[in-house]
Amino acid sequence: MNRPALQETTVLPEVREETVLVALAGQPNVGKSTLFNLLTGLHQHVGNWPGKTVERKEGLFTYGGVSYRLVDLPGTYSLTANSPEEVIAREFILQEQPDVVIAVVDAATLERSLYLVAELLALPAPVVVALNMMDVARQEGMEIEPEVLQAALGVPVVPMIATRGEGIQALLETVARVARGEVPYSPRLPQVREDHRPVLEELERWIEGYVPTPYPQDWVALKLLEGDPEVTRMVREALPPERWERAHALLRAHDDAQVAVASGRYEWIGRMVRAAVRRPRVGQIGLTERLDRWATHPIFGLAILAFILGAVFWLTYTVGSPLQDLLETYVVGTLAEGIRALLTPIAPEWLVALLAEGVVGGVGAVLTFLPILVLFFAALAFLEDVGYMARAAYVMDSVMHLMGLHGKSFLPLFLGFGCNVPAILGTRVIESHRARLLTILLAPLVPCTARLAVIAFLAPAFFGRAALAVSWGLILLSILVLAATGAILNRVLFQGRRSAFIMELPLYHLPNWRTIGLSVWQRSLSFIRKAGTVILTVSVVIWALSTLPGGEVEGSYLAQVGRWLEPVGRLAGMDWRLTVALLSSFIAKENSIATLGVLFRAGEEGLTDLLASVYSPAVGLAYLVVQTLFVPCVATVGVIRQETNSWRWTLFNTGLLLVVSFLAGIGVYQAARLIG
Amino acid sequence: MANGGAAIPLNLLHTGERGKIAQLTGGQELRNRMLALGLTPGAEVTVLQNYGRGPMLVRVRDVRVALGRGEAANVLVQRGEG
Repeated sequence: MNRPALQETTVLPEVREETVLVALAGQPNVGKSTLFNLLTGLHQHVGNWPGKTVERKEGLFTYGGVSYRLVDLPGTYSLTANSPEEVIAREFILQEQPDVVIAVVDAATLERSLYLVAELLALPAPVVVALNMMDVARQEGMEIEPEVLQAALGVPVVPMIATRGEGIQALLETVARVARGEVPYSPRLPQVREDHRPVLEELERWIEGYVPTPYPQDWVALKLLEGDPEVTRMVREALPPERWERAHALLRAHDDAQVAVASGRYEWIGRMVRAAVRRPRVGQIGLTERLDRWATHPIFGLAILAFILGAVFWLTYTVGSPLQDLLETYVVGTLAEGIRALLTPIAPEWLVALLAEGVVGGVGAVLTFLPILVLFFAALAFLEDVGYMARAAYVMDSVMHLMGLHGKSFLPLFLGFGCNVPAILGTRVIESHRARLLTILLAPLVPCTARLAVIAFLAPAFFGRAALAVSWGLILLSILVLAATGAILNRVLFQGRRSAFIMELPLYHLPNWRTIGLSVWQRSLSFIRKAGTVILTVSVVIWALSTLPGGEVEGSYLAQVGRWLEPVGRLAGMDWRLTVALLSSFIAKENSIATLGVLFRAGEEGLTDLLASVYSPAVGLAYLVVQTLFVPCVATVGVIRQETNSWRWTLFNTGLLLVVSFLAGIGVYQAARLIG
Repeated sequence: MANGGAAIPLNLLHTGERGKIAQLTGGQELRNRMLALGLTPGAEVTVLQNYGRGPMLVRVRDVRVALGRGEAANVLVQRGEG
């Protein structure tokens, strides 16, 4: 067997002085994050995997005087390239060759959980199995013997209850000993189901000598049989054409071989489970299935979902909005005043204005988002942690189909009604890369609170008693545009391929406050660090454009841009003042009202009457339509950049919304003029 | 595998019915995802919920798995064994 890396790591004498590299692997819902948080606490760094939108968590800890670097691999059910997550996980193990891989396994769903272990054992890094959730298994009436499992697998097995910190010491000790090469390591590997072994052997003969390092040849052969697209591409490029022809013909003749590979793994698992599980699950109906009769019911399930979402929004507005106001008045206001008082005597006027209005305004935009963000993050993390998120996705699946998405996109999009920023950050719950990107691109079309506030202010100005109907019409229009855009983008960008809707509904369990707290902390921090800088920069730039050169919006560069864009705005009935108001809403949606106030030299009360006398209802309607569908605020654009990790997608999204909003505005204006 | 009766798509089983997976159809990616979640030929499934429309819920290898109707139609089962 071709695994030089293992021998190297096990005999290296200087491993004691160096940092030991440990990878944490596991399927979703096995308690991997709980274990990661337990081991690293606040010493963790959250970022993205290079070039990917997948979250990368890494942390440090010391044990027995040795420092360890722990890398949290994405949670995946297998290691076949179905999504970027599987590729990231296996490439890390193959390329970085960690000293130890901790495989977290859920004792209560042992069979399914061991599937990933069966895959990990085929890679050249020693595996330690963390047999987690022993308490849940016991509650379900199961009795498992870890020592027997260890003997059967041929790798160390440590029983644990990560939520209570039980078994941590034993796990660390085992990892340390494996890293030092003190543990005999002879894993029993699963075999391909008997009928396909000759095929595997023949395949190995065709690729022998041509497999690029560091890939083990038998692993590559296995992945070819499974039809893994990444490995297939790699081998096609590495093999001489005539060999590839033969290998390819063999694979085509056995395109059901993946079933034989997977069945081989489950046969192996069956042997392990039969040995180690003394008493299987008692055939009782657990709490989870009782709760799910309601939570996944097509009618009651929706009612429960509506109730939970209502509670989340109620909490946000009763707790979050006052906090937001407090921050705005006391922190941002005081900061601006302080800067003025301190600097006015000593600094030129433009610098004082830049700092007090431009910079503090930008900081304020970042800061005042925090209360709402923290609450939304906490709600999302809570629902995810107790296991409800999967149920919400399940009951909303049919509706989301209509827009080329599936159930998991619902909750993040819905949060967008509160604020687009957490909506986009919340798309991290979607595993599939395609579905996640599409959800991010669509999220700005959900009208957020700030946009609804603009609608609520302007609709009565233009439409008087019909304002309510118009407001609802605008919300409905947003949703229709979102659905249509989703369906079209899905067809154009992803050739209509919707990622299959198959997912596990995990057991419900009590929330782990530590996991929730750390998740909120990390996400808030990364928002301030990454999106914060973009928001601050763009805010200052737009502020400068709206002030320079004269100090008034009317004569500013922004107004010049507005006048320059007027021909386009005219198509939708908008004059330069409405166009400038629209542009200024890029900092924050509420700005458009303030800008109109400045341009018409009117206070908020006078403004409504003035607008009604200057613009026809057709113009008003067109403006509201454009404003509702327009490019989102700079904070949202900042997080789109952060989460897609790509300026290309960010600009694509901005351009798309620009086009969609103006097309809709022009359509509405021309139609309204025709009707009269 | 015992051939007791013709295999039917999983979505035709009613709530509470059981079956044994006979075959997986559909594209390679879909099959890989189903296999990783434990839906292999020979595995027993219990239908926990099937309202005749929308996604359905099954239990396989002690895990509750939700499947879209289209996905479930690619799982062929033999009704009522075990």
